Amino acid sequence: MTQRITIDPITRLEGHGKIEIFLDDAGNVANTYFQIPELRGFERFCVGRPVEELPLLTNRICGVCPEAHHMAGAKAADAVYHVDIPRTAKMLRELLYSAFYVTDHTTHFYALAGPDFVMGPDAPVAERNILGVIHKVGLEIGGKVIQCRKYGHTVVEMIGGRKVHPCTSIPGGLTKGITEEQRKEIEEMGKWAIEFAQFSLKLFSDVVLGNKAYVDLILGDVYTHRTYYMGMVDENNHINFYDGKVRVVDPDGKEFVKYAPKDYAEHIAEHVEPWTYLKFPYLKKVGWKGFVDGKDSGVYCATPLSRLNAADSMATPRAQEEYDKFYKTLGGKPVHQRLATHWARLIELLYAAERWVELVTDPEITSPNFHAIPTEKPTEGVGTVEAPRGTLTHHYWTDERGVVTKVNLIVGTTNNYAPISMSINKAARSLIKKGTVVTEGLLNMVEMAFRAYDPCFGCATHSLPGQMPLEVTIHDADGNIVDVLKQFVG
Amino acid sequence: MSAKPKFAMYWAASCGGCEIAVLNIHEKILDVDANFDVVFWPVAMDAKYKDVEAMEDGSILLTLWNGGIRNDENEHIAHLLRKKSKILVAFGSCACEGCIPGLANFSPVSEIVETAFSTVSTDNPQNVRPQPHYQVPEGEITIPTLYPVLKTLEQVVDVDYYMPGCPPESHQIAAVIDLVIQVLQGKAELPPKGATIGAGNSTVCDECKRQRNVKTIKEFGRIQFTHADPELCLLEQGIPCNGVATRSGCNARCPTAGAQCIGCYGPAEGVIDYGARLVSAFASVIDANEPAEIDRILDGLVDPAGQFYRFNLAGSLLRAGKSAFKSNGG
Amino acid sequence: MTDSFEPVIIGFTCNWCSYRAADMAGTARMKYAPNIRLIRLMCSGRLDPTFVLKAFVGGADAVMISGCHPGDCHYVEQNYKALRRFHLLKRVLTQMGIEPGRLKLVWASAAEGAIFADTVNKYVEEVRALGPLDWPAKNIESVSTPIMEKVAA
Repeated sequence: MTQRITIDPITRLEGHGKIEIFLDDAGNVANTYFQIPELRGFERFCVGRPVEELPLLTNRICGVCPEAHHMAGAKAADAVYHVDIPRTAKMLRELLYSAFYVTDHTTHFYALAGPDFVMGPDAPVAERNILGVIHKVGLEIGGKVIQCRKYGHTVVEMIGGRKVHPCTSIPGGLTKGITEEQRKEIEEMGKWAIEFAQFSLKLFSDVVLGNKAYVDLILGDVYTHRTYYMGMVDENNHINFYDGKVRVVDPDGKEFVKYAPKDYAEHIAEHVEPWTYLKFPYLKKVGWKGFVDGKDSGVYCATPLSRLNAADSMATPRAQEEYDKFYKTLGGKPVHQRLATHWARLIELLYAAERWVELVTDPEITSPNFHAIPTEKPTEGVGTVEAPRGTLTHHYWTDERGVVTKVNLIVGTTNNYAPISMSINKAARSLIKKGTVVTEGLLNMVEMAFRAYDPCFGCATHSLPGQMPLEVTIHDADGNIVDVLKQFVG
Repeated sequence: MSAKPKFAMYWAASCGGCEIAVLNIHEKILDVDANFDVVFWPVAMDAKYKDVEAMEDGSILLTLWNGGIRNDENEHIAHLLRKKSKILVAFGSCACEGCIPGLANFSPVSEIVETAFSTVSTDNPQNVRPQPHYQVPEGEITIPTLYPVLKTLEQVVDVDYYMPGCPPESHQIAAVIDLVIQVLQGKAELPPKGATIGAGNSTVCDECKRQRNVKTIKEFGRIQFTHADPELCLLEQGIPCNGVATRSGCNARCPTAGAQCIGCYGPAEGVIDYGARLVSAFASVIDANEPAEIDRILDGLVDPAGQFYRFNLAGSLLRAGKSAFKSNGG
Repeated sequence: MTDSFEPVIIGFTCNWCSYRAADMAGTARMKYAPNIRLIRLMCSGRLDPTFVLKAFVGGADAVMISGCHPGDCHYVEQNYKALRRFHLLKRVLTQMGIEPGRLKLVWASAAEGAIFADTVNKYVEEVRALGPLDWPAKNIESVSTPIMEKVAA
């Protein structure tokens, strides 16, 4: 008698998803399927459009991280025209991007991940949310989170023209620069952001690392996978979100490959399954061996944890201190425990804030030289950045007028489709066994496997109910309902 | 039990930008919290479809729907939420007019799938395509079926209000929330059904601070090939700017930042077909009377249908290219 | 495609020239194909491209626009606007999969009744050869949209 648990829709992520958990006769997990039910068709409908529109059209792939698509698209369009953008333009784009990273990582940590750690994975559900976090650590926190989001989006708007779906990147640079007045304001906000990042790390240290039960959870096997790790690095092998080469390390931490973004197709391929609209990227030179861990499996991960693993160090001093502390605490490189991604995310938050201040205090940031008119014939180009959720690649081909003829996109979270599927599978198998009573704590822990990857979105404010309404329906093979478990539903 | 009126927000074929725009009202979210009970918002909390099905009809006071209708699941949920909601708002460009995903309507949906599953990096020697029903060893699993043509919300259910924008500007969202709260407190009246809310009644040109003169265009340019004059109308400089037919309400954000208006706020008041309006506007100001010269100037617009229907294709009179409809068999 | 396909053509005619030409053809009992349904505008420059789209969506297989000869416009220059709009609209329609032959622009003067009749007859045969447009939008079941209602009102 096969039992089946369907979770539909997956909630607290960007986009749509569904999980099917099949139990065997003994009541153990036979298999799980994580399905993506949507396809909009950007790779088809961007064809025929002028290439300078693509940083604007691809913004709409994701309204949570349009900045990532805007930058990858802008870089691809620059590459299509074989144009080197002025240094000021590069800095302005990276400045916008750093402020965006601060906002985005903050939103994820406080609203989505924070409650699990600050309150605890089996804390009463009513408290396991941003409200509970605020009660535990103080009302100030909610205000700080809102402040941080406000500051980040203010910078995005000053440089990008709008808060959501920036519009100022064009082939060759930007349509505008910033004034000295704006620069001062951005610097003030950046300094605040550094303090806020440090505050967040201290919070994590006090509340999570100071609690043995949480540390055990992080270090435990349920959420651990040994895979390859990918991240973008500069020439010193420091993490860089905006530009550099893509580096992959193996499960032992050794460099496997470091390639220029334009060579991605030699290294990445996408596996197809007929039961989902999304594909599974894997390392071509290792090969697709299925949803399995290990050095022989081409599955790789692209997350804040991956980036820390793939880099040798951080480019800014405070973040570097935290990086050292991270690996010292967790027993060296690489770290395989997926829940540690939440910590890695905060280290990136600090780096992004430091980089923000570094860029905005450069004397050339207010220069009026923010656009170089392209002169070469347009052909083909690749633009790659690190999206918060993984390495993002845009590849455009155009005709001689610069009208797009072909598009290939490998999007951040897509890199992690296989690892997420594996994490869900492993968590379900570990937690649901013969005789297990499926409780709400268990449901939350299955969700935690998923949540560590920050699949694009999480609730950002405390205004939403603390309870996580969730319903699990268990059917037997005849379709009769065997049991229905609910928490805070209806 | 909470006595607060119920609120829901749902996304179909969209991008999440509308959700972020709502969150960007910052402290004002406290007013939403104080005045509403959020009962369904998949991006942010874990109520499931089953929970909506269990609700009484009409028990949700206000539902903000963003996203277009791309597949059968989107349409199913649209009917479900219409039943359960008193007020259903088509929130954002996707719901109002299809928005960017609506560009898929230029091609048959088979091409959408074909392209995605045969890119240069896709490893698919057996040409596997996603199946709405698939038998795995343990049982049958399903994914939604794509529709041949993406539809807007009003093309499948009755809509009470329209809030345009990609996304709607946060200051506009804040204003609408204020209005709704005033209505709840009996201090204001709802606008007439079918109204467009959270936006202006004029065009982007009205909010744009650039200087405008009589337009006589001899050349259409591309924004990357010029250092445009920041004080002068972009269309006048030959940069294709859709502000002339686009609804106001956004403070002409993009032209202010040096970029052309791409039309994300949808048609201005009174416009029946946005693209047709733009054909008229752009053509009228071409400085040529001879067919050969007219054609030469028009060659500078490399993608007119995309330029004029960028956000609006699914909601336009024609709705899609002929080849997209053909795949429906009719 | 059978012989029984009778194209439906909407003809937007300018009051000062082509409408008078059609009138003249009528009073002179010149026979021309009944497939064309005339709609009078005060000037070809009044032609909003929306009318053309509405015609296609409403079941027309082709649209003919006629205005005064260049230089003869009753309102001085507006037929040039019609000419420019026609050129741009054609490009858009082509991208939408509507053959460029389904939109025609002709210049006529009030005295050219015979020419008008002849032009219409020829165009009907051209459209017959193209076949029905059968724009699917009207066949897709949907809730009646406010857009369509606005246009009908």
